[in-house]
Amino acid sequence: MRIITKFLIILFLVLNSKSFAAENTAKFLETEWTFKGLFGKFDRASLQRGYQVYTEVCASCHSMKYLSYRNLSEKGGPEFSEAEAKAIAASFEVTDGPDSTGEMFTRPAKLSDKFVMPYANDEEAKSANGGAYPPDMSVLVKARKGGADYVYSLLLGYEDPPSGIKLDDGVYYNKYMYGNKIKMPNPLSDDLVEYSDGTKATQKQMAKDVVNFLMWSAEPHLETRHKTGFRVISYLIILTILVYFSMKKIWSRVESKI
Amino acid sequence: MSDHEYTPSSKFGKWFNDRLPLLSLVNHLTDYPTPKNLNYWWTFGGILTFCLITQIVTGLVLAMHYIAHVDHAFSSVEHIMRDVNYGWLLRYVHANGASMFFLAVYIHIFRALFYGSYKAPREIIWIIGIIIYLLMMAAAFMGYVLPWGQMSFWGATVITNLFSAIPLVGESITTWLWGGYSVDNPTLTRFFTLHYLLPFLILGLVVLHIWALHVPGNNNPVGIDIKKPSKDTVPFHPYIVIKDAFALLMFLIIFAMFVFYSPNVLGHADNYIEANPLVTPAHIVPEWYLLPFYAILRSVPDKLMGVIAMLSAILILAALPWLDTSKIRSAVFRPLYKQFYWILVADVLILGYVGAMPAEGLYLLIARIGTIYYFAHFLIILPVLGLKEKTLPLPLSITEPVLGGSPNLAAARDKVEKIS
Repeated sequence: MRIITKFLIILFLVLNSKSFAAENTAKFLETEWTFKGLFGKFDRASLQRGYQVYTEVCASCHSMKYLSYRNLSEKGGPEFSEAEAKAIAASFEVTDGPDSTGEMFTRPAKLSDKFVMPYANDEEAKSANGGAYPPDMSVLVKARKGGADYVYSLLLGYEDPPSGIKLDDGVYYNKYMYGNKIKMPNPLSDDLVEYSDGTKATQKQMAKDVVNFLMWSAEPHLETRHKTGFRVISYLIILTILVYFSMKKIWSRVESKI
Repeated sequence: MSDHEYTPSSKFGKWFNDRLPLLSLVNHLTDYPTPKNLNYWWTFGGILTFCLITQIVTGLVLAMHYIAHVDHAFSSVEHIMRDVNYGWLLRYVHANGASMFFLAVYIHIFRALFYGSYKAPREIIWIIGIIIYLLMMAAAFMGYVLPWGQMSFWGATVITNLFSAIPLVGESITTWLWGGYSVDNPTLTRFFTLHYLLPFLILGLVVLHIWALHVPGNNNPVGIDIKKPSKDTVPFHPYIVIKDAFALLMFLIIFAMFVFYSPNVLGHADNYIEANPLVTPAHIVPEWYLLPFYAILRSVPDKLMGVIAMLSAILILAALPWLDTSKIRSAVFRPLYKQFYWILVADVLILGYVGAMPAEGLYLLIARIGTIYYFAHFLIILPVLGLKEKTLPLPLSITEPVLGGSPNLAAARDKVEKIS
């Protein structure tokens, strides 16, 4: 059994290894994320509200080019009904074509279409935003050290600059941003959107909802991953125990410790 | 290869085996006499074979969906993550599999260092192992470039730029490697081709590695030559097979925890930002398994000398069988070597740590001391130690230790340790 004890010690160390990712300028704000942990799942209502924040606030500058409207009704996501997702898609116009006469035309978006981009190209996006390119949000949470906690903190981290720091025009102070200077103005304020489910749209609530949504967009299969993971690891543990006793039995024929 | 002649029992088996001795090979592999005192550090050979096969199988399927083009690489990876059935699983197994592969290979190498497995008559096994390790690093590096994220691009730029340190022809070699004047589409397509090729070269070398192993047989924790087959050995099947399987399963549990619960913890966040030649990331760091060598590279102020130091740090291992002058294999019977061994382990870990830190101030100083110590260990300490060290008496066999009485190794070792 010594080997099992040693193994448990190693396991413990591995499990704790997450903690050494936590080094940063300011300590991130903490909030309860339902998607963390062994059985972590998304909060469906929060994802739907998060989509609303994204589409009403963020989407005017930030693209989400790897997502399609069909994703909104897929399992493990916001799970809008197919009719709702179709209606959402139809509220956007996309360019399609060429048609039989060689002309491009516009039509309402379908489920199979990718999210409509706010700008035609990177240059337009930059010129509209004072030279700063608003990053695509599809995998944003995974592309930042600190992940969901970081993005959440950043959204709530706008402050007046400490005395002695002079900011140029169009530059804002954020205590969680790398270098503390950010070109995005504070995007959220209380009651900026009106939630249809009656949840009060405080700044904190919106930040949490939109980060939930961004986490899902970065990891659309997170729920399946957690579920499969639990099954795989349970199976492996049972098999390991069985193999351990088989090994004991086989080696009992030999006069040697194992 | 086999120590005894094998004749298949069936008529057809005999007919086939006379023409192609596959059955003899299978018989050799199952009967292969293995020292019965092998501890769990010896199970990593099997684990590594598993890792290689996992990487090849998952890689094969990923390659069916991946597009090696600067405009499509990043989005094809996102396509795999989102739309390919179980694409997320394949990619996370492949990406974390690389880390697990290196974790296992480092344990395997340090096991060989502790028990003197590189010494005569096993030098060729060891040298093939070093070549495999070098190819693994090349394959892992090129694989990391394929998702075409920021770290992919800038890692590729930093590493390929090292070749420009070669006098006279350096610049031309770099241009030749890139297939242009910067890391661009031709670089990506050739890295993909090579990343696909290298695992099969590794597989071939693994066959040679195992073949070379089966000539003298396994080393063992006591480090003495044993008669085979004898009371000191057990047939590979079922004894070693079941033990390897047990160890592999425990390894898989850790592997699965990474894949399913923290699949990105070993990667770098910047690699989820698409490559942009105009924006340099704040810190360019390689994957964790290359960090000690990265620290050695940066600890030398001159670029060319740094590259030479980094390469030497790996190649010096190939000379190890001749640098270590001690006739005793296992560190169990080398009280001083045992201490220097653990200092080396600490040194490599420290180098790995400073490799991840910015190369300035105290970190740079530590990296320099660590680098000097690394080379001193192989070039000064080992040759001298082999001649000066007072080693402990070796047992005559695994079952009959020198001090008599006790039939098993653990008891013999306890006794030895009490004396020292």
